[in-house]
Amino acid sequence: MSAFKHSLQLLRQNVFWEVLRHNRRAALGLFLLLGFACMATVGPLLFQLETRSDYLLRFQAPSWAHWLGTDYAGRDTLAQLVHGSRDIITIAFSSALITLLLALLVGTLAGLLGGRLDQWLMRIIDIFLTLPRFPIMAIMAGLFSIQDPFSFGFVLALFYWPGLARGIRSQILTLRSKDFIEICQLMALPLRHVIFAELMPNIVPYLAINFINVARDAIVASVGIMLLGIVPLSASNWGMMLNLAATQTGAIYVPEAYPYLLAPIACIVLFQFALMAFAGGLEEFFDPRLRG
Amino acid sequence: MKKIQLTAWQNKLLSGLLTILAATLISFVLIRLMPGDFLELRASELVQQQGLPYATAYKIASTQYQYDPSVPVWQQFFNYLSGLLQGNLGTSMTLRIPVSTVIWQALPWTLFLSVISLALSFSMGISLGILAAWYRRKRWFEALVNGLSVFSQAIPDFLIGLLLLVFLGVRLRWFPLRGAYDISTDPGFNLPFLLSALQHAILPALAFTLASVGGWILAMRAAALQVLSEDYIQVARAKGLKQRRIFVRYLARNAIMPPVNALAIAFASMISGSIFVEWMFAYPGIGYFFGYAIGNRDFTLLQGILLVATVTMVLANMVADAIATWIDPRIDSGLGK
Repeated sequence: MSAFKHSLQLLRQNVFWEVLRHNRRAALGLFLLLGFACMATVGPLLFQLETRSDYLLRFQAPSWAHWLGTDYAGRDTLAQLVHGSRDIITIAFSSALITLLLALLVGTLAGLLGGRLDQWLMRIIDIFLTLPRFPIMAIMAGLFSIQDPFSFGFVLALFYWPGLARGIRSQILTLRSKDFIEICQLMALPLRHVIFAELMPNIVPYLAINFINVARDAIVASVGIMLLGIVPLSASNWGMMLNLAATQTGAIYVPEAYPYLLAPIACIVLFQFALMAFAGGLEEFFDPRLRG
Repeated sequence: MKKIQLTAWQNKLLSGLLTILAATLISFVLIRLMPGDFLELRASELVQQQGLPYATAYKIASTQYQYDPSVPVWQQFFNYLSGLLQGNLGTSMTLRIPVSTVIWQALPWTLFLSVISLALSFSMGISLGILAAWYRRKRWFEALVNGLSVFSQAIPDFLIGLLLLVFLGVRLRWFPLRGAYDISTDPGFNLPFLLSALQHAILPALAFTLASVGGWILAMRAAALQVLSEDYIQVARAKGLKQRRIFVRYLARNAIMPPVNALAIAFASMISGSIFVEWMFAYPGIGYFFGYAIGNRDFTLLQGILLVATVTMVLANMVADAIATWIDPRIDSGLGK
């Protein structure tokens, strides 16, 4: 049974709604995630991003015209927040996706083939895991003058895949020694079948949850790096908003500017919480033992 | 051909050395990818400042940055490595002092901050984690601990730092905003200086603590729940042992092992993970100078810090393995024998 079919069957059995109904936190997480998805897709159409600056209107408190007040140049905070969600979500998901693909490739190869190749891959992974991750990511981000969120996601993924690859390898190793795989081998089923129809479905839960974890880590790392001010992403996004508010425009000294400063922080924390909570729900969805 | 079989200990050492080599290689490649000819820049600066002939100035610049483009690349790398082995990290491109001096001045501050915040977050997380497992039927307590760990995991340390800075520093003026000590005090072993250092460390330490306590809580609670499901706990209960004795001698002693194992790594990753918080508070530790080096494209300083951070990580990994073997002899890592 393929992973896809299995998940579909669980959906049909209403397991998904069952989990969401009694796991309120996961439900809230999903709700928030959908909200952020709307914010990134439909939001920019509703809120016009102002490019013209008017310093007379700088650091205005929230009002009917500007729901979250204005920034250091008198531009609407809410519009920036809405437009800024795009980059962050793109960075998070592109780095998670690239991490997943790389880790899946390396982890499966190492786990299935074993031997010399496995030893060397594991050694390389060990090295990657011991290298100080933040400094090198920051250096690469700064050095390559990253201009778009996709490349940023890629740089982050370069340091996230090794951990996941090691996890996938040990999952594969555990599965390999299970009876049903041995039976497949006795039945002389093609390797393609064993990999895609027997092994993969069993690691889908592990992959899904780690996808979310990598996305969370990527958000933290990217915002931190942008806060240092070394990535010249020109478009407004939450990290750059924070960089401007916290280090360059003195917004931390102006009480009226607090909405401008706090809005991106609140969004980042909510997004992190939503991902965490949803991952908790997914765990329950995949693991019948966790369901009461 | 005889197959060489490495012991676990030799294997770890090899991995460690390879990691350090990888970090050196990365930083070596890095400095050569840097746009602009910084040697010429430095040489003409020296000519202007000290009136040296250009050729001499160029040579001096080349030794300062340990970069000599006239020899083949592999030899450049070899020279760089042999310099490192003699403890020569080069001269900082912007601060104009030896990189090793910068690192020696910054390291104590980062260690100070790391020790305080790790001690705080570890002791808090361990206590709350084990209590959450012990009193798992008390709803309000579980909700409280849960809430704290969720919050702690959802907010990155530098954002907590920013919030603390804005509200406790700027707004309430309870704590200083930047630096590691008041410059009016005299650095040394005297009370005003120590108090001022402590006062300056509180906000950054609190940022680290609040952001990492959730991880410790979850690790300790998971370990404690695991121990509570063991048979020997049942036996201890059946024997009618005092609750206190079960908690201290049976539960705590066994459950604390996994978190203690993670301690060495957590400590080492603070050396390189402290960039954002130290940067936010202008706290002159390793992380702050890293941020500075990146912002000012000071590649020799960057190389030095990267190397120090890597060596710390490698050592911490070995210490962690040694500790794991020491407290639980069933793990045979080949170390600690």
